[in-house]
Amino acid sequence: MTASHDVLVIGGGGAGLRAAIAVAETNPRLRVAIVSKVYPMRSHTVSAEGGAAGVAADDDSLDEHAYDTVSGSDWLCDQDAVEAFVHEAPRELLRLEHWGCPWSRQPDGHIAVRAFGGMKKKRTWFAADRTGFHMLHTLFQTVLSFPEIVRYDEWYVTKLLVDDGRTYGVVAIDLATGRTETITASAVIVCTGGCGRVYPFTTNANIKTGDGMALAYRAGAPLKDMEFVQYHPTGLPFTGILITEAARAEGGWLLNKDGYRYLQDYDLGKPEPTPVMRSMELGPRDRLSQAFVHEQAKGRTIDTPYGPIVHLDLRHLGAELIDAKLPFVRELCSKYQNIDPVTELVPVRPVVHYMMGGIHTDIHGATPIQGLFAAGEVACVSINGANRLGSNSLPECLVFGARAGRAAALFAGLYGGRIPPAVMAQGRDEEDRLERELTRHLDGRERIADIRTEMQITMENGSGIYRDRDSMVKAFDELQELQARFADAAIDDHSRTFNTELVALLELSFMLDVAESIITCALHREESRGAHQRTDFPARDDERFLAHSLVQREPDRAGRRVRYLPVTITRWPPGERVYGR
Amino acid sequence: MADEITLEVVRYRPELRIEPVVQSYQVPLREHWAILDGLTYIKDHLDGTLSFRWSCRMGICGSCGMTVNGDPQLTCATFLTDYAPGPVRVEPLRNFPVIRDLVVDIGDFMDKLPTVKPWVIRDVDSPVEEGEYLQTPEELDEYKQFSMCINCMLCYSACPVYALEPHFLGPAAIALAQRYNLDSRDEGASEREDILSSPEGIWACTFVGECSAACPKDVDPAAAIQRYKLTAATQAIKNFLLPRGAR
Amino acid sequence: MSLYHRPIPLFWWLERRSYLVFVLRELSSVFVAWFVVYLLLLINAVSGGSAEYERFLDRSGQWWLVTINVIALVFVLLHAVTWFGLAPKAIVVRLRGRRVPPPLIAAAHYAAWLVLSAVIAWVILR
Ligand SMILES: Cc1cc2nc3c(=O)[nH]c(=O)nc-3n(C[C@H](O)[C@H](O)[C@H](O)COP(=O)(O)OP(=O)(O)OC[C@H]3O[C@@H](n4cnc5c(N)ncnc54)[C@H](O)[C@@H]3O)c2cc1C
Ligand code: SF4
Ligand code: FES
Repeated sequence: MTASHDVLVIGGGGAGLRAAIAVAETNPRLRVAIVSKVYPMRSHTVSAEGGAAGVAADDDSLDEHAYDTVSGSDWLCDQDAVEAFVHEAPRELLRLEHWGCPWSRQPDGHIAVRAFGGMKKKRTWFAADRTGFHMLHTLFQTVLSFPEIVRYDEWYVTKLLVDDGRTYGVVAIDLATGRTETITASAVIVCTGGCGRVYPFTTNANIKTGDGMALAYRAGAPLKDMEFVQYHPTGLPFTGILITEAARAEGGWLLNKDGYRYLQDYDLGKPEPTPVMRSMELGPRDRLSQAFVHEQAKGRTIDTPYGPIVHLDLRHLGAELIDAKLPFVRELCSKYQNIDPVTELVPVRPVVHYMMGGIHTDIHGATPIQGLFAAGEVACVSINGANRLGSNSLPECLVFGARAGRAAALFAGLYGGRIPPAVMAQGRDEEDRLERELTRHLDGRERIADIRTEMQITMENGSGIYRDRDSMVKAFDELQELQARFADAAIDDHSRTFNTELVALLELSFMLDVAESIITCALHREESRGAHQRTDFPARDDERFLAHSLVQREPDRAGRRVRYLPVTITRWPPGERVYGR
Repeated sequence: MADEITLEVVRYRPELRIEPVVQSYQVPLREHWAILDGLTYIKDHLDGTLSFRWSCRMGICGSCGMTVNGDPQLTCATFLTDYAPGPVRVEPLRNFPVIRDLVVDIGDFMDKLPTVKPWVIRDVDSPVEEGEYLQTPEELDEYKQFSMCINCMLCYSACPVYALEPHFLGPAAIALAQRYNLDSRDEGASEREDILSSPEGIWACTFVGECSAACPKDVDPAAAIQRYKLTAATQAIKNFLLPRGAR
Repeated sequence: MSLYHRPIPLFWWLERRSYLVFVLRELSSVFVAWFVVYLLLLINAVSGGSAEYERFLDRSGQWWLVTINVIALVFVLLHAVTWFGLAPKAIVVRLRGRRVPPPLIAAAHYAAWLVLSAVIAWVILR
């Protein structure tokens, strides 16, 4: 079976939906479709809490947003991309406002903005603390007003069809029926989100398994800056549920076991009763998570069955502010931790949150493979460099989702046409492979969950907040072993109808590839920068590494190659990252 | 506290072509464990063939709705310890066709949703360059509650009218229509009037109120429906009494 | 793909109190209709002169008619109470920018009911 479209978007999160609308708006004659492994409104964008950054206030400027982003990234972002981003973000957020997003408002009816970590000015738009939820549903409901956008809900993409350096579509499984289908398209936009599930303790949903990164990697596209994994400083123990940075932006404090605001010991400024921009609790995430590790080493964290924790103190904010600005935080704490932040301390610890790296794209979302585009967390443009600032990711989905959509529409308009027979053969091969996959593991001995858990622990030990050569070499070897064991993975479920075990198997295989790319890049980068901290190379090394790592499969798929691409610097030469001073 | 609890899972496996059967599993009973953690434990360690949907495990994506001991619940926000010593019966959401095990077909809702036009409709769109449409916090409050819907389908599962009358638009779809009707930026209420006031719309609802009781996000879809009944009734009287231009 | 449709059990309306109340309220409309018919019969009797009115009263005193009317009264009360329960959901009143709390709206309905009943009682018992 085959279906055919002009532009195919993989992923129905913030980036994917925005991209699809951009295609429809750019060229209404194009047949555009969205494939998503969950209903679009279930995509992980729905979980984002804090807000979306875009210059709005009179005392703010695009340059300041750009500078905060560049210094936050430890100078590893591309400054032309950042300039485009800060320029287009407010417009995209306004567009969402026109589509109905219920942004929180000032009394006079204008958009309200809040402070966020690493930002010098208040510029984070928010919809209480359910920003991602409201953005995603607004986008999804707006997509419903475009009847020309076709959806494949609950279809799982297993392969990108690439021939001679050009994309022609995908192969996907319809989960409800188990039918596999080749879906061809002149242009494909990958918007499949991040890969937090490669780690054991993460804020990321079950669906964030790095599928798109692995799809592109296998198709020969380079992945960029994969060693940069963001740990968010405040996740609830056990569940890993995120307590948004907005809680600190509204005035929350981080306290160690002695009730001491420990961040003052880590060059992040002096404790003040009210929040100070780019200081203390409003420092960048990499520095805050690293401070936690040092506190732990000093024995100043609190041990719990779910690991060491510190406390987030919101009590002084009062019930009224918490209910108005952080209602979801209160709901999450009471549901999942049995505590009320109005009267009690919230236990928190660093948690894997976001992937700075991803599929290498240019400023229009184009990858080196013709007709293949990427946007959102799966892509690396890069505006995030070595450390993303909170609230830059949602607007990134909009800005670069729209850009990729427009570029793909243009591409599909120019280069539509015939599908080479080799591609159809590839599609049939993949359909056969999936068929075999269902039976191949009949008498396997390894449980999927065991391999997955071991991979996650390997990643945490090998490339956590701090890493060194030995731990990474060990992790790399373990991953090779896990790859070998994966071949012997068992699958109990041989049904075609909604086979979630088959999906778990395919996801695991994607995650193993992504994990390998993370460790590979991390091993090669012999310096410390942003979220990549090596105890054996503790200093930043601009001489050698003011450059993006690109990791690519060798054509024979056996080996992998890492090369470096210089960072684009337009106006802000590399300097020291200064917070709280 | 016992250290295990029994989950009785109602399973339907289409290949077997038989009625659903109950299968029991022992799972650890631990503090902070949601029903969903019990189910993933089964899938990971006991029986890989059990199918169910989940994603965010923080009560916001709306994937994990199931019937727990007879009540529609988000299984990621319902805890094992609250059901101790058990057993706990886990079934698929009621009122939906079952695809397999705990996975139901919500295609009906997905088809109905666009018919109520849940998007901003304006007579004239102003360009974004002119800045935001102003909206005061009070105007935001008018519709905020109805914008909280996560499409989890618990309300449909609780609604006896939907069970008896599958053409009924249903609580969430009507609440979402009202979410836009009450938004000060929207001018599309008249375009939603026909479908909402049709026999399959608000008038099918007889105010059982179970939708609002089941809703995990306090959307109160029953209120949305009742409010619209009043609006529709007033509108009907106006249409009857007033000449066209004055309505 | 073969979907499974759970059959609706015959006694589904006994599964939950709210379902039972729902079915009873649906049923109550029959009794509301009965009261309308009864009222029409009363008016007919009144217009037919005092003899006919007496006969109507006699008939109304029979035990089975009293029983029906008592049951009908219970159902009409159920109808009224659930209706008032619904009212605050439908009616959103704002006073000086603040939403009037829903219980207050329900209370207002009951107050109006009380006042009306008192007026009628006064007219009759005067
Ligand atoms: C808890 C949490 C809070 C956050 N808060 C903020 C915040 O306050 N501000 C901010 O700026 N950022 C925040 N972020 C980050 C931000 O939410 C994400 O980076 C962003 O939403 C990613 O969007 P996306 O569109 O790229 O991907 P997603 O929303 O993850 O969507 C991915 C889509 O791809 C589909 N997909 C994936 N694989 C396949 C496949 N194989 N086949 C078919 N479809 C597939 C999925 O179905 C899904 O539709 C937060 C993140 C988390 C985890
Ligand atoms: S109205 Fe409530 S119960 Fe119904 S779908 Fe929305 S969130 Fe779920
Ligand atoms: S898993 Fe997302 S709502 Fe339960």
